Amino acid sequence: MSLLANKSLVRLLGAMLLTLCSLLPVWAQDNTGDAVIPDRPNPPRLVNDFVGILQPSERSQLEQKLRAYNDSTSTQIAIVIVRTTQPYPIGDFGFQVGRKWGIGQNEKNNGLVLAWATGDRKITLATGYGMEGAIPDAVANRIIKNIMSPAFKEQRYYQGLDEATTEIIKRASGEYKADESSDDDGGGGGIFFFFLIFGIIILVIIISRRNGGGGTRYRGGGGGPIFFPPTTYSGWGSSSGGWGSGGGSSGGGFGGFGGGSFGGGGASGDY
Amino acid sequence: MSKGLIIFVVIAIVLGMYGCSSYNGLVEKDTKVEQAWANVQTQYQRRADLIPNLVRTVQGAANFEKSTLQAVIEARSNATSVKLTADQLTPENIQKFQAAQNQLGGSLSRLLAVAESYPQLRATQNFSDLQAQLEGTENRITVARNDFNGVATTYNQSVRSFPNNIFAGIFGFQRKGLFEASQAAQNAPTVQF
Repeated sequence: MSLLANKSLVRLLGAMLLTLCSLLPVWAQDNTGDAVIPDRPNPPRLVNDFVGILQPSERSQLEQKLRAYNDSTSTQIAIVIVRTTQPYPIGDFGFQVGRKWGIGQNEKNNGLVLAWATGDRKITLATGYGMEGAIPDAVANRIIKNIMSPAFKEQRYYQGLDEATTEIIKRASGEYKADESSDDDGGGGGIFFFFLIFGIIILVIIISRRNGGGGTRYRGGGGGPIFFPPTTYSGWGSSSGGWGSGGGSSGGGFGGFGGGSFGGGGASGDY
Repeated sequence: MSKGLIIFVVIAIVLGMYGCSSYNGLVEKDTKVEQAWANVQTQYQRRADLIPNLVRTVQGAANFEKSTLQAVIEARSNATSVKLTADQLTPENIQKFQAAQNQLGGSLSRLLAVAESYPQLRATQNFSDLQAQLEGTENRITVARNDFNGVATTYNQSVRSFPNNIFAGIFGFQRKGLFEASQAAQNAPTVQF
């Protein structure tokens, strides 16, 4: 009898182990990072000069301009300057950075990456899904060819970047509006709700302890846990996830990248 | 005896629950594959839609090589005739689809290469725009294909791994085909500015 039970148990355990084994490779695959694509900057910033080719004042001017634009429209234009994008073509590099950092807002996908490889003398404009309408490939190509290339050839790098971003801003204006109030309400509401429930539970525990009576104590103890897991846990989990992706620092003015996605749109060129 | 019965019932319940979650998981992954496939088709269609405009532009500029243009037009009609719905994504069908699209990609790249020797054509804004659009579309195709391969691989893994393969067999989930990169890399038009 016990032999049968043992066999079944072993089989059950074996099945569970196999299940776990079958799940693991999928998780592992999701985590494969790429060393060539830079990590998301922390604290988040829009102008990322990994080469140091821009003057600090130029960098901060561009950063302010792009931050202001992000604040008013929620559209995120990120500048990424690296020495080389090898082994990737510059176009691949641009959209991969956009995806990895999550540039643009989650639902609007209104991000744009302006990547520049100083060593390769190549530029790319990668548009997020939501920016493909405002900046079609042909327009991105013209911005590179007619604005950036001529300036970069004369080593007027800041002017090239400044004029290009101005042109992008001009073209994309009116496409999106910032709706930070609803965003804040969502996150804040979840946390407020959590603390409210948390407070009530603590209050119930304190009251039940004070009373000390068998009947009331039992009711208080029972009421808390039953109410707690199904509602607040899921709420807290999702809101904490949202905050995590935001980068966690909102003091500097730029709240972080919003999780926008890219599909390979845009154009590349050299100078 | 009752002990054995309890264990049997527990196993039956666990298996039943596992079957449900396995089925739901497969449906979820299958839906993702469908979505990715729709995107692949959209991007290929986008390329096909650009071609009439490209042909017109090229024809307008001087006496362009007729055979190159004809090859593109034929390859386009050939490629657009191969249409696959999401439940026809067997490895053979995908291969057929890819072959037709690769032929179009190859003839397109030849056309663009020939266009290099027509400075008049290259100087026009229209052609330059079209080149940029084509390049962007090729990028989008690559991205869409990679995304498709990613979700299809995840799906295939769970269809084939134990014990999902039992449930996949019962519910009729089949392996999906993948795009192969090597051939495409050879044929992708290289657009240079």
